Amino acid sequence: MDFSIFINEYQFYLAGLWTTVWLVALSLLLGLFIAVPVGLLRSSENWLIKGPAWSFMYFFRGTPLLVQLFLIYYGAAQFDLIHETWLWHYFQEAWFCALLAFTLNTGAYTAEIIRGVISTMPKSELEAAKAYGMSEGQILRRITLPNSLRRALPAYSNEIIFMIHGSAIAGIVTIVDITGAARVVNARYYAPFEAYFGAALLYMCLTFSVIFAFKKWESRYSTR
Amino acid sequence: MKKISMLIALFTLSVNVAQAKEWTQIRIGVEGAYPPFSQTEADGSVTGFDIDIANALCAEMQADCTLIKQDWDGIIPALMARKFDAIVATMDITEERKKRVAFTNKYQHIPARFAALKGTEYQGSPAFMAGKKVGVQRATSMDLYISDNYPDAEIKRYGSADEAYLDLKAGRLDFIMADSAAITGGLLEKEGGDKFELVGPKLNDPKWFGEGAGIAVRQQDKDLVEQFNAAIKAIRADGTYQKIQDKYFTFDVYGSEE
Repeated sequence: MDFSIFINEYQFYLAGLWTTVWLVALSLLLGLFIAVPVGLLRSSENWLIKGPAWSFMYFFRGTPLLVQLFLIYYGAAQFDLIHETWLWHYFQEAWFCALLAFTLNTGAYTAEIIRGVISTMPKSELEAAKAYGMSEGQILRRITLPNSLRRALPAYSNEIIFMIHGSAIAGIVTIVDITGAARVVNARYYAPFEAYFGAALLYMCLTFSVIFAFKKWESRYSTR
Repeated sequence: MKKISMLIALFTLSVNVAQAKEWTQIRIGVEGAYPPFSQTEADGSVTGFDIDIANALCAEMQADCTLIKQDWDGIIPALMARKFDAIVATMDITEERKKRVAFTNKYQHIPARFAALKGTEYQGSPAFMAGKKVGVQRATSMDLYISDNYPDAEIKRYGSADEAYLDLKAGRLDFIMADSAAITGGLLEKEGGDKFELVGPKLNDPKWFGEGAGIAVRQQDKDLVEQFNAAIKAIRADGTYQKIQDKYFTFDVYGSEE
């Protein structure tokens, strides 16, 4: 066991940590922008509205993240529409492909969380709001969304943790994230245990920070 | 008393036998993703120059060999973890690796080269390479060479050479570097490879590329090194090596005699 490796190469790991953090954070943020409308559309009674949302969620929840990344990274290059146009400017970058795959993936999972909390919305609250004479939009803004957010928090913190862990596959398409850094270090020192143990520690720090932050946030709601 | 001394004698004898053990069962780690040296066929079997050499050496040593496929990234750790006893995978004999494993004499020596889209301008200077996207297989001597000489290039590291070829074809890379014969067999002669060419000089500076590719074994297995060295010499002498070389290459892949 030689942990001086981890100390010698700490800059590599820190760069990887930064890549993982911004990649996951940006995916989660963009994913949320997709998830809210998709989750709402999915909750509709009309098949014309909920159909497309359902297909999107079905595809991205029904296939592994790794396959989605391969489809976007390797598959996209095959189509002239992407390869021969301005789109290629983005698709040729590994970080863009990873960001796109992660965003769509977390968007689908988060939409499912949103659909879940909307469908289990207490009917009495909605009826009360209606009795007060609120419009559909007002009910959504004042009752449905705040109530759903509170109930969605535990499930969403899980989704964030899954994304942090899932992002480890970014290294496969040449991105040097935490796992990517560990691979390079392993390749240099032929010391897999030390190299990946360093990565494990960093992922653990990230995960516990997220758990801690959400615990604070959730307790703020419950004490009200 | 006599009995005991005899027992001791017998014991020391058996220990001696164990030390000077003749290896009759050898597990060999191969990569299976570096054509034409080592590639995986549709049915899952591995073929290629490295594989034929490994089999020829085993036949020469009259050893019973099993080939085990292992990704390049983990091939040295797997050797040290005793998943197999030797690596035959076009592994350059470098000082860095010698700290971890022991090597036989070389069994081939091929220079590394860059490849790029035909007509691509190439200059070897670090200033020219700055900002260029260069693909290379992670943890190879080529990786180290590029990392040391072109620190300002955008270096993309891949798990296998095949993945780097794929991204070169897709236009994500300006240059790739690999063993010249691997580029020829794995990229240029394959479908869609005619748009690419080797560029720049043949690179074989021993500082990065060592003295050719050898067979790696664990450092304590000196007897296995000797056994392999004798076998390499024998297949060089009896024409087996030549026959295998001619099957894959039209040029000499061994280089100068030691």
